[in-house]
Amino acid sequence: MKNLLLAASGLALLAGAAAAQDAAAPKIGILLGFTGPLESIMPNMATAAEIAIAEVNAAGGILGQQVASERADSTCVDSAAATAAAEGLVNGGVNAIMGADCSGVTGAVLANVAVPNGIGMISPSATSPGLSTAEDNGLFFRTAPSDSRQGEILAQVLTERGTTDVALTYTNNDYGKGLSDSFTQAFQAQGGTVSITVPHEDGKADYSAEVGSLAASGSDVLLVAGYTDQGGRGIVQNALDTGAFETFVFPDGMVGQDIVDALGDGLSSSFGTLPGSDSPGATRFQEIAAAQDLDGTSVYTGESYDAAALMMLAMAAAGSTAGADWTAQVEAIANAPGEQILPGELGRALELIAAGTDIDYVGATAVEMIGGGDSAGNFREVEFGTGSIETVRFR
Amino acid sequence: MDLLNALVTFLNFVFIPAAAYGAQLALGALGATLVYGILRFSNFAHGETMAFGTAATILLTFGLQALGVTFGPLPTALLALPLGIAATALLVLGTDRAVYRFYRVKRAAPVIYVVASLGVMFIMSAITRFLVGVEDIQFTDGARFVINARDFRDWSGLEEGLALRSTQLITLVVAALAVAALFWFLNRTRTGKSMRAFSDNEDLALLSGINPDRVVAVTWIIVAALTTTAGVLYGLDKSFKAFTYFQLLLPIFAAAVVGGLGNPLGAIAGGFVIAFSEVMVTYAWKQVVAYAVPGDWVPAGLLQLMTTEYKFAVSFAILIIVLLFKPTGLFKGQSV
Repeated sequence: MKNLLLAASGLALLAGAAAAQDAAAPKIGILLGFTGPLESIMPNMATAAEIAIAEVNAAGGILGQQVASERADSTCVDSAAATAAAEGLVNGGVNAIMGADCSGVTGAVLANVAVPNGIGMISPSATSPGLSTAEDNGLFFRTAPSDSRQGEILAQVLTERGTTDVALTYTNNDYGKGLSDSFTQAFQAQGGTVSITVPHEDGKADYSAEVGSLAASGSDVLLVAGYTDQGGRGIVQNALDTGAFETFVFPDGMVGQDIVDALGDGLSSSFGTLPGSDSPGATRFQEIAAAQDLDGTSVYTGESYDAAALMMLAMAAAGSTAGADWTAQVEAIANAPGEQILPGELGRALELIAAGTDIDYVGATAVEMIGGGDSAGNFREVEFGTGSIETVRFR
Repeated sequence: MDLLNALVTFLNFVFIPAAAYGAQLALGALGATLVYGILRFSNFAHGETMAFGTAATILLTFGLQALGVTFGPLPTALLALPLGIAATALLVLGTDRAVYRFYRVKRAAPVIYVVASLGVMFIMSAITRFLVGVEDIQFTDGARFVINARDFRDWSGLEEGLALRSTQLITLVVAALAVAALFWFLNRTRTGKSMRAFSDNEDLALLSGINPDRVVAVTWIIVAALTTTAGVLYGLDKSFKAFTYFQLLLPIFAAAVVGGLGNPLGAIAGGFVIAFSEVMVTYAWKQVVAYAVPGDWVPAGLLQLMTTEYKFAVSFAILIIVLLFKPTGLFKGQSV
C-alpha cells in the first residue's frame, strides 16, 4: 500500500512537471455539454471549433507552435461536473477555454476555474444576461449575444407584426428567466402588454395547470422561452391539443427541426428568432463546414468557429498565451477598424498581425464586441411552414 | 349561453386534463399501495418499474408497427401492452428472487427494504436507458382526438373549444376497467382473499395454510400489470422520457399516502385528489368567472390562488394536512 501511494504521488509530481513545461504552448480546451439536455447539438459545435484550430495549424500555428486542443464534458446542467471537467483541462495544460455552453455552468466555470487560474474563456452559446456583469477580471467573452438582446429583438418582431398582447411562459432557469425579463421590459417599453407570465419546470409529469392559466389570460399569442425536447414542447403540445393557442413565438431554444417533426402543421402560424447572420462570412463558413461534412447551419456552429478563431488571433496579437495578455486583445481583433477577416482567412489574418496591421475579425457571425465581454449579435427571423423552418429576414 | 361557455372552459382546461392525470396517478398509486400493504415496504423503484414496462411496450409497439400491425383508431401500444406486462412481471419477479426474498427470509426491518429498493431503482433506471435511451419518444398512433377543439367550436357555435384526446378517454376507460378487475380479484377470488389475509395479519395467514411465496408472486405480477398500464397510458397521453417517470414517483407516493397506504380504494381517491388540487388551486379562474357573471362584474385580476410554480407545494401541503389530522390517510390505511 505504501509503495503504491509513493508511486502514485511520484507520478502526480511528474505529471505536474510536464504540465508546467507545456504551459506556454497554445492549447485550447473545448468545454461543451457532450452529455445532457443539449447533447444533440454539441458535437457540431466542437467540430466547428476544431476546424478553426486546424486552419490555424495549417497556416503554421501561432507563436511558432501548433495549437493543441482537448474536449471535455460540461454536461450543460451540472455545475459541479463542469467545474471538475474545467479543472481537468487546466491541469492538462490548457490556457484558453472555448466554452462553456449553457449559462449556468459557464458562470460556475468562470468563477471557480477561469478567474482563479487566470484562464481566458470565450463561450459560443451562453446567453444569460447575468454573465454581462459577472466578476470576470476581463477574462470572459462570448460570441453569442446576451438574451437581453434577443428579448429586444423578439419585442420588435412582435410589434412589427401588430401583436400588442402576449402570454409568456419560460423554463425556470437562468436562460428562461433572463429572456423573460428582458423581453417583458422591451415589449412594455414599446407599448405591448404581457398578460400573464408562467414559469414551467422541465421534465415534469403534467403541464395542464400551466396551459390552463396561460389560456385564461385571454391572449391569442403565446411566447414560449423553453427547450424543444423539454417542458417547452410539453406546453406547446398541450396548448395545441386544448385549442388554447394557435400562434406561438419561439426564441432560439425552441427553434429546431425536432419540434417541427413532433408537432407538424400545428405550428403553421408560428414564428421565432434565433442567432444568425446573412453576412458573407455565414455563407463562407457553410462552404468550409460542408467540405468537412459538418452542417454549418446547425445552431451555434458559427459562433463556435468564431470563438476559437478569436482566441488564437488574440494570442498571436498578444504574443502570449497567458489569459490576462490575450483577453486584452479580443476587442481590438473583433472590432473595426482594420482589414476584414472572413472564415477561411485565418492564415492571412496571422500574416497581417505579424506585419503589425490592424484587423477586424468578421468571421461566420459578424462578431462585434460591445463591452462587458458581450457580442452585439445578429438574428434570424423565421416562420414555421408545414414541416419546415423558413428564414424571413435578418436583423 | 355564457354559462355554457364557462362550463366548456372549465371542462377543457380543468376537468378533463385533471381527470386523465388523476387516473394515471391512481393506477400508479394502486401498485405502490399494494406493495406497501402486502410486502410491507415503500417501493422506491416504482417509477422506474413504470419506465421499464413502458420501454418494453414501446419496443414491442415498434415491432408490431414494423410488421404492419395496427389497432385501427386505437394506439398499437394497447396490443403490445400484455407482452410488456409479461416482460415487467419477469423483471420484478427476478428482482424479488434476487433481492427482496433475502430480506423477507431474514424478516428485515422495513427501512432496510426501502434502501434496498433504492438500489433496485438505480439498476432499473440504467436498464431502461440501455434499452430505449434517454430521448423523448412518441409512440402513439391511431386517431389523436375524440373531440377536436376547433371542430367543437364550429359545431356548437360557442366561443370556447372543447378537446378530448383519445388517449385521455382510453386512460379513463382502461383505469376504470383495471380498478374493477382488481377489486373483483381481491374481494371475490380465493387468491385475492388470501392476499388480503396476508396483508391484515401475516402470522395468522401463515397458520391458516396460506402459501406466502404464492401471495408474493401474485402481488408482484399484479403490480407489474398496474405499473406497466399506468406507464403506457401516461406515455401515450404525453410522451415517454425515462427521466420524467422518475419524477412521477413523488406525486404517486403523495397520492398513495393521502388515500391511506395499503388501501386500494384510498389510492384511487388520492390520485384524483392530488391531480385536481394541483390543477384547480393553480388555475387562473378569470375566464370562467368572466363568462359566468354579468359584464361589469368581470374582475381585472387573473383570480389565481397560487402561481403554477407552487404546483408541487400544493400536493405536499395536502399531504401534510392529511397526515396531521388523519395519520392513516383519507381512507383507513396503515399509518406510516
